[in-house]
Amino acid sequence: MISLSHYLVLGAILFSLSIAGIFLNRKNVIILLMSIELMLLAVNMNFVAFSHFSGDLAGQVFVFFILTVAAAEAAIGLAILTLLFRNRQTINVQDLDEMKG
Amino acid sequence: MTFEIPDFMPVIPELFVLGMACAILVIDLFVPQARRDITYGLSQFTLIGAAVLTIALASPETRFTFNDTFIADGLSDLLKVAVYLITAVVFLYSRPYLQDRDIYKGEYYVLGLFGVLGMMIMISSYSFLTLYLGLELLSLSLYAMVAFNRDSARASEAAMKYFILGAIASGMLLYGMSILYGITGSLDIKEVSDYLITSSAGLNVPLVFALSFVIVGLAFKLGAVPFHMWVPDVYHGAPTSVTLFIGTAPKLAGLAIIMRLLVDGLGPLHHDWQGMLTILAVLSLAVGNVVAIAQTNIKRMLAYSTISHVGFILMGILAGTHEGYAAALFYTLVYAIVAAGGFGMIILLSRRGFEAENLDDFRGLNERSPWFAFIMLLIMFSMAGVPPTVGFYAKLAVLQAVVQVDMIWLAIFAVIFSIVGAFYYLRAVKIMYFDKPEDESPLPKALDMNVVLSINGLLVIVLGIFPGLLMSLATGAISW
Repeated sequence: MISLSHYLVLGAILFSLSIAGIFLNRKNVIILLMSIELMLLAVNMNFVAFSHFSGDLAGQVFVFFILTVAAAEAAIGLAILTLLFRNRQTINVQDLDEMKG
Repeated sequence: MTFEIPDFMPVIPELFVLGMACAILVIDLFVPQARRDITYGLSQFTLIGAAVLTIALASPETRFTFNDTFIADGLSDLLKVAVYLITAVVFLYSRPYLQDRDIYKGEYYVLGLFGVLGMMIMISSYSFLTLYLGLELLSLSLYAMVAFNRDSARASEAAMKYFILGAIASGMLLYGMSILYGITGSLDIKEVSDYLITSSAGLNVPLVFALSFVIVGLAFKLGAVPFHMWVPDVYHGAPTSVTLFIGTAPKLAGLAIIMRLLVDGLGPLHHDWQGMLTILAVLSLAVGNVVAIAQTNIKRMLAYSTISHVGFILMGILAGTHEGYAAALFYTLVYAIVAAGGFGMIILLSRRGFEAENLDDFRGLNERSPWFAFIMLLIMFSMAGVPPTVGFYAKLAVLQAVVQVDMIWLAIFAVIFSIVGAFYYLRAVKIMYFDKPEDESPLPKALDMNVVLSINGLLVIVLGIFPGLLMSLATGAISW
């Protein structure tokens, strides 16, 4: 039988993976965007699990909103990414260092 | 299951702003570039109309609607009116800047209005869901606004950094909310608070775990050290008109979500979050003030100064008393006014093909325009906290609140770092008054901007001499 804690552990693993993906990745901005999506999905996993095991629907409603916002966020993120590529001809994370101090 | 038609009265200002923002988006398509002032005028009309509606609908009692996910109370009325006024000033300052750079487009105003709508929802949110949606509506508008100058490599880099770190912040906040939802079984702030009051006292590890994620998310959004990395880069890289917007009104909304989430919802955990906020406040004060000294770019300097001001705001909140919350609210309102003036001065000195970004560009301002040198002097004095400017009373109120809860060491620490901070504010004043100007070109003459910027600067000293008016508004708005 799969219990609540299994889902929570999965959620935590996904969340940690996404954080690791953001902070360890030094190559590509697209991987950052993927990590952000993964982070939101980890949260969704938590919400759905809690919602199911407590018998309260509000959590699942929240998930729909998170999914919608994540779609809008991805659209803006990719738009900024194309802009960045057009202006600098690179999407390498290490090259994003024009401003310092 | 019955469906109840919600009470629309408390959300009329939001509906008005939403309707107008959508209308302006469409109208703007049919407006030729030469008549862009129509879009600008409509945006200003929207803000004024929303202010009138909010004031007309304001009442001392607390109103709930949409199944208690939306709240309208004294705090929300005050903060919303402040957001409209600050945004109206921001739009006014931005106009010459955008015109000079050929980015005087309707999108700036539409995105700004959607950002205002997001802030209004944040200010009035009374459920995790509305809070998150308001926050995202604001953040998504701001990401797009930072990248608004499409040909600037620096702006797109700043936008990318802002986007990534903003998204991490949202993710952290959501993860904390999901665990809180699991523990308390509700998304409603009132029910979360009721659960925490009735549940047994003592250390509850899952709750503190969730709380730390929420605090990290909020600290990212506010730009408190050690989650401040994006602030200087975004302030520096964004067009100054957007920096002006990011640096002012969203701080008010940020204070509102802290009040709703931490004070209202997680109030029973005050002892736990007090410690976390103390660390954030201490680090923000130290890093913000010390690193600002090393900056030669005035936008970066103001970014670090923002970080130190965030430290002060957090100090007011962590006191956990009525006086503390009122002091934090007062400080935030004052900060928004002063920051609008500070970034407004940068816009005033900039012109087509020239950004007055560096401290050196303020050299000898007194010889070029004694009046605006004086205004900048008032703004810098207020940021440093020199009496009789209003910044002094803001700092004093926060320090009093902290001393009242016996955290005297924190008050002493804050004063020491304020003195460190005074160095770089006074350096700007010295550059304006005692150095020779490198650049003798006359200041641009945009009458509306000059008048409003003068009023903005004088407000700093008028409020400093009569702080009671704003302070009584702030005290009255706080019901905790």
